[in-house]
Amino acid sequence: MSDFLIECRGLYKSYGLRPALSGVDLAVGPGRIVGLLGPNGSGKTTLIKLLCGLLQPTRGELTVDGSAIGPYTKSVISYLPDRMYFADWMKAVDLFDLFRDFYADFEYEKAMAMCRSLGVEPGDRLKSMSKGTKEKVQLVLAMSRAAKLYLLDEPIAGVDPAARDFILRTILTNYNEEGTVLLSTHLISDIEKVLDEAVFLKEGRIMLHATVDDIREKEGKSVDALFREIFRAEPMWEGGEL
Amino acid sequence: MDWKLDDGRPIWPQLSQQLARRIIAGVYPPGSRLPPVRELAAEAGVNPNTMQRALAQLEQEGLARADRTAGRLVTQDAAVLDAARLREAQDVIRTYFEAMSALGYSRERAVELLKEEFR
Repeated sequence: MSDFLIECRGLYKSYGLRPALSGVDLAVGPGRIVGLLGPNGSGKTTLIKLLCGLLQPTRGELTVDGSAIGPYTKSVISYLPDRMYFADWMKAVDLFDLFRDFYADFEYEKAMAMCRSLGVEPGDRLKSMSKGTKEKVQLVLAMSRAAKLYLLDEPIAGVDPAARDFILRTILTNYNEEGTVLLSTHLISDIEKVLDEAVFLKEGRIMLHATVDDIREKEGKSVDALFREIFRAEPMWEGGEL
Repeated sequence: MDWKLDDGRPIWPQLSQQLARRIIAGVYPPGSRLPPVRELAAEAGVNPNTMQRALAQLEQEGLARADRTAGRLVTQDAAVLDAARLREAQDVIRTYFEAMSALGYSRERAVELLKEEFR
């Protein structure tokens, strides 16, 4: 058995002719909180969708908990998608019932308790909820499973800064201790402190994979500052050099 | 007491320093049990592994020790506490001289000004 929960070797994915991932090698151990960081279009969502089996790789190898992606890996992965995929006439409690039927590791009581602490009324219909509240419901669904791997695609993008802190704390206090959390975001300064490791994706390749404290130690700056430096958009000047 | 974390430095030494200061200040009194890693991590909004590393550093410094039944106890050794207090005081003094030097004062002048403050 491998020591790694996630292992990718030479992972390649293209949409038609356009490559989204061009040769990703990544190994992530259990019990880690890992930030998948990169600008828009760098391949973050593609990598997450490959891990949860919503996409098939064009080339390369990919295992989760030692198994190829399939029914087993799906049973140990809890996925928070970057958009809502539920019918809006449903109530939060309907979703909890659905998840209880689908996933053996779903803890109904935990979901209800998390709703209370996040200020979500479980009897409300999704269509009557604000965007931020819907995101909280999705987070509750994802974090109420005792999964080995939590894949959270932009979990804090749509909520205000105060709710962001609260959601990060929810993730910190609710993930299963042996479980690994892989979360994608471009709001780095908000999440930097909760990460063990940071993975920088640029144009479908991994540019950097290190622990947050190693980055701070070596670079003498925060991960956020390093990110801005690496991904700074170069302004285009017309008419030559300034 | 709030947790304050700077951007430019690794997180765990900052956490262990602030834990040490809490111990020295009596927020966690000698002989008392420190809150569990997860609780401290959630309070500071940091990764539990990072907090774990900060607590390991406290054990290294002798300020806390692992208890037989899970958890950590604050040391009751007065000598260790005094040494830690002195270390923190020296840190404050260093900060003072650095700030005064940035304002253009020599070390000697900074000492004089400090004495005058108490006349």
